Amino acid sequence: MSRVSEPSSPSAPPRERTAAPARSGRLGFAGLILLLGAVLLVSLVVAVGLGPVSIPAGDVARMLGHRLAPWLVSEAPAGPQSVIVLDIRFPRVLLGAVVGAGLAAVGAVLQGVLRNPLADPYIIGASSGASLGAVLVILAGVSPFGPLSLPLSAFAGAMAAFGFVLGISRRGGQLAPTRLILAGVAVAALTEAVTSYIVLTTPDKEVRTALFWTLGGLSGTQWRDVGVPAVIVLSATAWFVTRATLLNALVLGDEGATGLGVEVDRLRLRLITASALVIGTVVAVSGGIGFVALMVPHAVRLAARADNRHLVPLSALTGALLLVWVDVGARMLNQPDEIPIGVITAVLGSPFFLFLLIRADR
Amino acid sequence: MNIEIRDVSWLQVLHEITLSVRSGEVAGLVGPNGSGKTSLLRCVYRSTRPDGGRITVGGMDVWQAPAREVARTVAVLAQDTPADLNNSVEQIVGLGRIPYLGALGRLSAAERTLIADTIERLELGPLRRRPYATLSGGERQRVQLARALVQEPKVLILDEPTNHLDLRHQVDVLRLARSIGVTVLVTLHDLQLAAAACDRLAVLSEGRVVAEGPAVEVVTHDLLRRVYHVEAHVTPGPDDLPRIFLPV
Repeated sequence: MSRVSEPSSPSAPPRERTAAPARSGRLGFAGLILLLGAVLLVSLVVAVGLGPVSIPAGDVARMLGHRLAPWLVSEAPAGPQSVIVLDIRFPRVLLGAVVGAGLAAVGAVLQGVLRNPLADPYIIGASSGASLGAVLVILAGVSPFGPLSLPLSAFAGAMAAFGFVLGISRRGGQLAPTRLILAGVAVAALTEAVTSYIVLTTPDKEVRTALFWTLGGLSGTQWRDVGVPAVIVLSATAWFVTRATLLNALVLGDEGATGLGVEVDRLRLRLITASALVIGTVVAVSGGIGFVALMVPHAVRLAARADNRHLVPLSALTGALLLVWVDVGARMLNQPDEIPIGVITAVLGSPFFLFLLIRADR
Repeated sequence: MNIEIRDVSWLQVLHEITLSVRSGEVAGLVGPNGSGKTSLLRCVYRSTRPDGGRITVGGMDVWQAPAREVARTVAVLAQDTPADLNNSVEQIVGLGRIPYLGALGRLSAAERTLIADTIERLELGPLRRRPYATLSGGERQRVQLARALVQEPKVLILDEPTNHLDLRHQVDVLRLARSIGVTVLVTLHDLQLAAAACDRLAVLSEGRVVAEGPAVEVVTHDLLRRVYHVEAHVTPGPDDLPRIFLPV
């Protein structure tokens, strides 16, 4: 299998000055971050206004401003619209951004750490493991750790499934990417089968809740769902950025990276553990949203040809942006019903995945 | 900077190996396939932890010192580096600064200059935007050598650096390695090439050093029979280096 990571862009203008690892496109890295950050902020406000009940962006901005900085925005529309914006839509849109950022950052890290462009939390079994963990806890109806039971069990599922895949893929201390993909596909198929069986043999009442995990969605998000994932995704992404230089060394292979002073096994274990933590948390609040982790880093590479120091934060911002708008589609396209987010990302993602495969063969 | 290997053992592969490489010397490690050459190198560059023994580089115990510290002293050209990288030549060479970089990975102006100068010095200037995957084998080895030089090492470790290279590029790579002026420990399969490129040779067989010294003393009819099980005719050439005639 040939690699498809970091495709070259022969059309990019030659830069004479830098001798360092290449900058991202014409805008530069800082410019891209600022641009994406600004677009994301605007998108958050606009997306909050979109839904079965449409609310002008200006009103949304005033409500948000009034809530966040009452000394600045003294008056805002009140009533049911304010409840929709502040208590229903805003946490949901924010969680969408957090989930998208987490998935995309993890995708970028996993592709680098496993030296495989097709790695994502699904293909390596982590997401399906998290879903199984979550479904088991929902259907057992127990919560030994209070409100943390769900994220913790999803996390445990992600770690168990991925740890198993990782254990199988290592040979003589070296990670064999082909084995990893094969083991991951097998473990994912197994956990998904178990999840499906459990869901199908459960009384109707819990089935909808359980089905949520396999399809993914953000409906019913409340403010209390946002905090933990936001903290974990933000801190993990920040930490990923500080490891990105070491991640860059891995392109030289394990031996090459070791020669550069990178403690490869430790780095890999830590990054994967952090990734599983992020995936476990994100799946626990959003269910199985596929392809974002695979798609976004590749899209960023195509556009910016960034090294990991740039790839991780750019992917996080792009993932946030993508998921905010996919969620808008989820609640607008089939009114009054919602389309599961996982369905939309799969519809967008599958052709993209095939495009990558075709490209890899050239 | 000198390398001292003392009583190093690892699994059933290396048995109490003791070997010294003097500062500035180019030392060759030769021996049959599976004799432990690569494993010994891995012990030196902190990839495989030996079960016993001690390895010091310039007095620093490589297995006690932090990995980054070792990488600032010892640079490696490993075997089997992935070839299908789309990173540019410039990016690959820049990776050599990783042992010196902070968490955010910012290169200083001096480091950028070092990278640019090294690229020019190894005549990679015209290639510096090219994806690594599109280079020839000889060009790739030159890029890896440039990356190693950017590490500013005192010791260079080369594992089969002439693999897959044609005659001219074999000579090029070894000549470059010699010209840097640091201590070099290199594994080579071609004994005649090793004799020409190295100040001293150590012969490994089944995880033990069985001969050590200048090529002319080490590469003998008797050694080839004992270690390689080959009946070859060995005579000194006009340069006093051994010439091997194989009975094929």
